[in-house]
Amino acid sequence: MSPDLLLRIGSATIDTIYMVAVAGLIGSLIGLPIGIFLATSGKGELFPAPTLNHIVGLIVNATRSTPFIILVVAIIPFTRLLTGTSIGTKAAIVPLTIATIPFVARLVEAAIREIDKGLIEAARAMGATPMQIVFKVLLAEARPALTLALTMTAVSLIGYSAMVGAVGGGGLGDLGIRYGYQRFMPDVMLVVVIVLIVLVQLVQSAGDGLARRFDKKNRKT
Amino acid sequence: MSVSAQSATPSADAAVVFDGVSKHFPASGNSGAFTALDNVSLTVDRGSITGIIGRSGAGKSTLIRLVNGLEKPTGGKVLVNGVDVGALDEAALRALRRSVGMIFQHFNLLSSRTVFGNVALPLEISGMDKRAIEQRVRPLLDLVGLADKHGRYPAELSGGQKQRIGIARALATEPKLLLSDEATSALDPETTQSILELLKRINAELGLTVLLITHEMEVVKAVTSDVAVIDHGRIVERGHTFDVFTHPKHATTRALLSGLAGSKLPDAVVRALKPQPAAGDRAVVRLTFFGAAAEKPLISQLIKSVGAEVNIIAGTIDEIGGAPYGSLVVAYGADAETSGRAERFFTENGLVTEVLGYVA
Repeated sequence: MSPDLLLRIGSATIDTIYMVAVAGLIGSLIGLPIGIFLATSGKGELFPAPTLNHIVGLIVNATRSTPFIILVVAIIPFTRLLTGTSIGTKAAIVPLTIATIPFVARLVEAAIREIDKGLIEAARAMGATPMQIVFKVLLAEARPALTLALTMTAVSLIGYSAMVGAVGGGGLGDLGIRYGYQRFMPDVMLVVVIVLIVLVQLVQSAGDGLARRFDKKNRKT
Repeated sequence: MSVSAQSATPSADAAVVFDGVSKHFPASGNSGAFTALDNVSLTVDRGSITGIIGRSGAGKSTLIRLVNGLEKPTGGKVLVNGVDVGALDEAALRALRRSVGMIFQHFNLLSSRTVFGNVALPLEISGMDKRAIEQRVRPLLDLVGLADKHGRYPAELSGGQKQRIGIARALATEPKLLLSDEATSALDPETTQSILELLKRINAELGLTVLLITHEMEVVKAVTSDVAVIDHGRIVERGHTFDVFTHPKHATTRALLSGLAGSKLPDAVVRALKPQPAAGDRAVVRLTFFGAAAEKPLISQLIKSVGAEVNIIAGTIDEIGGAPYGSLVVAYGADAETSGRAERFFTENGLVTEVLGYVA
């Protein structure tokens, strides 16, 4: 493989990491509070707002059920408005972020709903405010599950980021399609796939390790 | 008397007053409308350990949750230290909750926090600074005997240790009232006793009022000074624990008491019991004695005065609310002469008797 190609693979890897990191960060920052809201705004819960809960749930479901590739195309005007372009790494971050938000929201909701209701009751009995319950009880107790949720999000994002390559998004997916597929260079395709596998492995191992450290429940006595 | 009938005019001594409290749950989803509490009036004396006993679904969980406003009554009033809980806004309610400790059947400790962190939680919630928290938590861990475990996580502790942490946490804000929601129901009998001893000690040393709910008569017997029996959302019997145990009036109370060790007859005797005597049968009689009577040589005197054979079938000597109490089931000739002499002996000695039946 030529040094030029290796350089391209290197820069495409950096592009992918950049897209995943930025979209993952922004998406999680927005998705996390939405997930908390979904988990705590049902009838009789901490912040009861059943109607709004229902509406947000519908929007989340709608976004999640739209195939990613269609989402990318559908929001091109919005992407252009935000970034001034519809191709390249910067533009790809917009649909990736939009797809991350509902994904994170549902995972966060599930992680929080897993928490024993008795802990919420105990905190209420201590005179905790709803916000104190969210921060001192729910988020603290859900930390291992939230870590795994964010890991899963990052892994999914790596997959999605390869997909935006099909519409000129940049990164490893773009490289694989343009060189590996369109120019019949199976060795490039192979390297791209291997780099993606390594990335996913690294993210998953780091996430699992972190979650294990946070998990004080399944410790051996 | 802590569990008094006149609760409309709460005494100055009352830590908690339930005044004609009802709780009605409207029909929703898959469950129909349901009345958990029906016009309950009850006074909990300051400094007492008051037990509320009932079967599951009797309404006791709802009742205890009214005290710190985790549930709102649909009728009547709940007064805690003279304050109407139902009239408080959210902020005032939170302030009240900080002055009322609560412990739970499943402990409800945060798995992500150490022992120290769990006990510190209510103090963090009340906005206390780190140094003050440290100074408050250490002696509490000493009090419950777990100072050496302060850096451990709940998953590393036994059930009894977890409940001790629960108790230390409940005491952190120095409450004057402790609510105990089936706190020993998930523990084995031995651990239950040690937790009850701890509650007793806290009650005596800190002057803390304890209101506990349970379905176990053993718990009521071991620690409470006063008891109320709840059934289908109504208080069916109440009084000093000793009185209720020795003179149970309501069928529910009797049913709950029948599970106690020593009050059960051997199965073979129960099967042989007949309601009416035939010639040559023996009467099976339960004798209940307390106070001074518990110290007399009753059996030898009984045999002397009956002048016939007396069989002991079952018996127990115990302590209820700190007073000695004995229950003895004996059998003797059911003929008029023997029975007459036995009855005279019981009357002379002030024994409470109950003829359970007759055996051949």
